[in-house]
Amino acid sequence: MVSVSEPPSELGLSDDQLLDILYKMMLARATGQRERMLNRMGKAPFAVSGEGHEATQVGTAYALLPGKDWVVPYYRDIGVALVVGQTVRDLMLEFLARGENVSSGGRNMPSHFSDPKLRIVSGSAPVGTQILHAVGTAFASKLRGLDEVSMVWFGDGATSEGDCHEGMNFAGVHKLPVVFVCEHNQYAISVHWTKQMAVENVAVRAEGYGFPGVTVDGNDVLAVYRAAREAVDRARRGEGPTFIEAKTYRLVPHTSDDDDRRYRPREEVEEWSKKDPIRRFQAYLEEHGLLDAKTRDKLAKKAAEEVDAATDYAEKAPPPDPETALRHVFKEEEGE
Amino acid sequence: MAEKTMLEAVHDAMFDEMKRDPRVLVMGEDVGGGGVFRATQGLSEEFGPDRCIDTPLAESAIVGVAIGASLNGIIPVAEIQFADFIHPAMDQIVSEAARMRYRSNGGWGCPITIRAPYGGGIHGGPYHSQSVEAIYGHVPGLKVVCVATPYDAKGLLKSAIRDPDPVIFLEHKRAYRLYRQDVPEDDYTVPIGVAEVKRKGKDITLVTYGMMLHHSLQAAETVQAEDGVSVEVIDLRTISPLDKQTFLKSVEKTGKALVVYEDNLTGGFGAEVAAIIAQEGFEFLDGPVTRIASPDVPISPYASVLEEFVLPNPEKIAKAIRELAAY
Repeated sequence: MVSVSEPPSELGLSDDQLLDILYKMMLARATGQRERMLNRMGKAPFAVSGEGHEATQVGTAYALLPGKDWVVPYYRDIGVALVVGQTVRDLMLEFLARGENVSSGGRNMPSHFSDPKLRIVSGSAPVGTQILHAVGTAFASKLRGLDEVSMVWFGDGATSEGDCHEGMNFAGVHKLPVVFVCEHNQYAISVHWTKQMAVENVAVRAEGYGFPGVTVDGNDVLAVYRAAREAVDRARRGEGPTFIEAKTYRLVPHTSDDDDRRYRPREEVEEWSKKDPIRRFQAYLEEHGLLDAKTRDKLAKKAAEEVDAATDYAEKAPPPDPETALRHVFKEEEGE
Repeated sequence: MAEKTMLEAVHDAMFDEMKRDPRVLVMGEDVGGGGVFRATQGLSEEFGPDRCIDTPLAESAIVGVAIGASLNGIIPVAEIQFADFIHPAMDQIVSEAARMRYRSNGGWGCPITIRAPYGGGIHGGPYHSQSVEAIYGHVPGLKVVCVATPYDAKGLLKSAIRDPDPVIFLEHKRAYRLYRQDVPEDDYTVPIGVAEVKRKGKDITLVTYGMMLHHSLQAAETVQAEDGVSVEVIDLRTISPLDKQTFLKSVEKTGKALVVYEDNLTGGFGAEVAAIIAQEGFEFLDGPVTRIASPDVPISPYASVLEEFVLPNPEKIAKAIRELAAY
């Protein structure tokens, strides 16, 4: 498993970018926490977030060119959405199913991100279906001669889906500019990864599709970024797909409707809490003289304020007009 | 104007649209070499292998990749080799293509056409004979076309390819080479969602589509000649969106309705047509809304005698017409 220990200067990231990466991770964490809290307060029927996945999500998405590259996330990817340009306000409007939310106008469940102008492709809930869509956007980029890259995210459970096989095979055959990111958090809801696959590292499957697979420490944001950067560069050069397996852990239940105590020993969760990707990256930055307690607290305060402001705005925003439930089944004529 | 089979008309529609719009491409199993029915014959030679794409043998990928490509400026015509093999792609069609526009509040749309030869009567057995239209006709967000004539096939396929939303385009394979019809070389379209009266009549309204159109027209001629019963035959052509005005108007005139479909009786699309007539045409009716369809066994067994026993044919339809006329 790949981890980063070298100084940040060797990764081609500026000090500002490093702090921005940290901030996006903290913001993703704060957003997910707030959503789960609002759910418990009875303000939203459902919450699904990705606490613990921040290094994987932010590290991979940070390698993309927002607005140009294609973003095909799954329901845990708050960090991805924030990096490529969605705001916490966008996410809170979606979370509270307000009418003006760009993702779905209140139709899809929360964390089903969509934003055409940011090229975030709308997702569904059947697992792994979006993998084929990313292969499709990449196929179109190649056919049209455009140097865009498509990136798709999914969990370890999704690797068992037929669409994952079909997508990786298709991408391999056509050598497409697509990056597959498996956020391997070791559980598909309650099912441990050892019941999902018979290999230690699922990235080895990539070889069977004719392209490289790499396993990285998914709690090490710079290791993730480096792998993603290489994969994105490869794809943009026309050298085909890469599969990135980022080993991580979700620090919270699957969703607000899940009680993970019935399948995860508390000691295990405790153990992984010690490997918290945000604290780990903070320690790394402190070690390299790029972060002190004051800056860290300032960033935490800024994230909290951003989430507060977004929550206030979204709570005051009106729900969708009920009659909009009948719209957009098919393309509407102009002025309809 | 040249006389064409329906198969040639399907080919010509794709050829014309690929010529007209560089964003259009064809993808599926064996399409590069012309396809198992030869519908894509010559497209690869004319437009190159990047626009007539032999995909891996994976139906979910054919549809799922087409969906993704359609979000990024491509207009894919995805071929499912036989409608019987469409089921692995059902999740992509129903959960993804059909819901993409709705779930993104109009933000994204999938301008894809999914072509599939369907239907029995060709000794195809249970896996080369299925009628799948009711399954997709049930799903909001999909348009479902069932063609049975060369003229309609060309005009409707062009409409499907130009449509901004996903269209399931079902071509009855027994009608592929059934007969030739004048088909204009010039550009024309037949609108999706408009039925057509294929035979005028005054005693009974017969609503049908697909291969059953031809059997029904034959039955209508028989009962006209032998019994003096005048049957108006309506070809739905599109089952979703459904043009109910055309058949309700006809029922208002005739007072009797017979719905003929090849699919299994229970839950077949004709059941929806019958329900609409029963509810919205109740005041016009002078007899029970009647359905002729295949019995509820997997369509259709391979042996000729079994297949003939199961599928509706002109004789069975004529018998039903006579019974309804006598009611």
